[in-house]
Amino acid sequence: MTDQRFTGTSTYVATDDLMMAVNAAVTLERPILIKGEPGTGKTQLAVEVAESLGRPLYEWHIKSTTKAQQGLYEYDAVARLRDSQLGDDRVHDISNYIVRGKLWEAFESDIQPVLLIDEVDKADIEFPNDLLQELDRMEFYVYETKQLIKAKHRPIIVITSNNEKELPDAFLRRCFFHYIKFPDKQTMHKIVDVHFPGLKKNLLSEALNAFYRVRDVPGLKKKPSTSELLDWIKLLLAEDIPPEALRSENSRKAIPPLYGALLKNEQDVHLFEQLVFLDRRSRQQ
Amino acid sequence: MLIPFFYLLRDGGMKTSITELLTLLEAMREGLAGHSVDDFYFLARSCLVKDESQLDRFDRIFSAYFKGVEDSLADLFADIPEDWLRKQAELMLSDEERARIESLGGFEELMEALRERLEQQEGRHEGGSRWIGTAGTSPFGAYGYNPEGIRIGQQGSGNRRAVKVWDRREYRNLDDSVELGTRNIKIALRRLRKFAREGAADQLDLNDTIDKTARNAGLLDIRMIPERHNAVKVLLCLDIGGSMDDHIRICEELFSATRSEFKHLEYFYFHNFIYESLWKDNRRRHSERVPTLDITHKYGSDYKLIFVGDATMSPYEIVYAGGSVEHWNDEPGVVWIKRLLRTYSNAIWLNPEPIARWDYTPSIKLVREIMEDRMYPLTIAGLDEGIKALH
Repeated sequence: MTDQRFTGTSTYVATDDLMMAVNAAVTLERPILIKGEPGTGKTQLAVEVAESLGRPLYEWHIKSTTKAQQGLYEYDAVARLRDSQLGDDRVHDISNYIVRGKLWEAFESDIQPVLLIDEVDKADIEFPNDLLQELDRMEFYVYETKQLIKAKHRPIIVITSNNEKELPDAFLRRCFFHYIKFPDKQTMHKIVDVHFPGLKKNLLSEALNAFYRVRDVPGLKKKPSTSELLDWIKLLLAEDIPPEALRSENSRKAIPPLYGALLKNEQDVHLFEQLVFLDRRSRQQ
Repeated sequence: MLIPFFYLLRDGGMKTSITELLTLLEAMREGLAGHSVDDFYFLARSCLVKDESQLDRFDRIFSAYFKGVEDSLADLFADIPEDWLRKQAELMLSDEERARIESLGGFEELMEALRERLEQQEGRHEGGSRWIGTAGTSPFGAYGYNPEGIRIGQQGSGNRRAVKVWDRREYRNLDDSVELGTRNIKIALRRLRKFAREGAADQLDLNDTIDKTARNAGLLDIRMIPERHNAVKVLLCLDIGGSMDDHIRICEELFSATRSEFKHLEYFYFHNFIYESLWKDNRRRHSERVPTLDITHKYGSDYKLIFVGDATMSPYEIVYAGGSVEHWNDEPGVVWIKRLLRTYSNAIWLNPEPIARWDYTPSIKLVREIMEDRMYPLTIAGLDEGIKALH
């Protein structure tokens, strides 16, 4: 049991509702599912929760080929075959060939750990169902050694999803849920402040204005998100661009400088340039 | 405690379960929400809502319950997700009412009256029968019913009878990022995928052989598996625009599900019926068209062909040369679809229209005949049947 509360860290701005969701999950020792636009800090959340509560972090990154079993353990039959050919003594004990997965590692931790299951939607459609029991009871059975693995402390489990696949209801019922909204300007100020403390005030507000203008362009395939904004500001600082250059009233430079950091899609860049061109022409008339 | 609220949520159409309510109560017992209504709101939301598309609905029910705001359930439905719910406000009018609004004069008079009223009106308006706004019976505005009305600022064609549509008609590409509700569709599609892996076991399965040999304490245990050809090839032809507007959401879901499920998926769009050319990008549908013959030459007969369309049109569009609504076609659509069917013997037609309506629409009957009855409703069960027929 913990009285510690997550309140954000020096490098991560958490909104009130996010804090509540995390704290509820920590207190009731249930998984929390985080969704949101790419680049709004879903994965980062687990890192920050672990850091601020002083817990070890186990990261399990999911790919399209990941099986639920791999998070528990794998039986390395090839190694055993090789050892048997070489007459190694280890071969008689099957437990020498059980390779632990991330979930097992987290279960064995001496203090309550944070376990990140990143991008759960990437895996096969049955993946979340295969983990129901394990996440609910925090235990699983190793058939090869006939041993029951039980969590010493129920880990704080943070699951992220990009909404590529819909998750099964049974899985959702066992989780807390939080959808990270795209931050408003005020929160964005705070976020940028946290990352670039010495930033000139006028540069920041001009950059934010330009950023939200780009986000508002209709029809963009991938809207720039927080992480793109941070990269872009880093570039602006490195290039020492004056704040005036970001203002769109200056019609000749209506395209924000270094916009490649904000738009990651060829079609988007093309669309954007076209709109700027049209806009410029209408100003001239 | 909170039980009336729980039932209100369920009556409001949310799929909140008992487990989730118990979780919320448990969290409250732990004192997590002890400080303010805001905290309680955040806590309740993260316990009870598991889908961001339901957040808005939850918010409205929450405020109706906790702030004592007078708000009937009907209103709750009327104002949730802005974009589609605005359309839900479309009117159900009786025949007398329809007759009454028929009585307005011709087009010129409408234009004149519109100009007048635009000058008189201030601000936003909804309902009612005079001012310009949404969901009313005035001849001006959107989402309403007046057979001779003028539509202002509405996407899609509502009752599809207005004299003139003032929206720039946009044929948008089906969005393949929509993923809500595709789980069921994917599971239905998996049937097709599994089939591709069956067959004679004629390949050595190295991993399994090593595994089994090791378990066998080193005695060789050979394992064979069927050849893995997960290469189901699918050619998807989607009807777009016009009468398909009502079915865009379900088509997007289908499209998004098929796209991630098949490696070899080619898709093309058509409008109402197949003619000499199709297109891949609706924004450039007039400039970049693919001749239908090229498609049959390029994609082999091992492709499975799936049409998606409501097949609701004038029968002339199918059987007559020059019947197309968009251009002059030298050969009737039926000739073109038969050419496609000759190449692709595995073909089905998925129809989003309810099956009960099929017998009343002559064009659907016609298409069914052409497809030799391989038309299936675009529901999970229909998809299941259709996929079976594709084998």
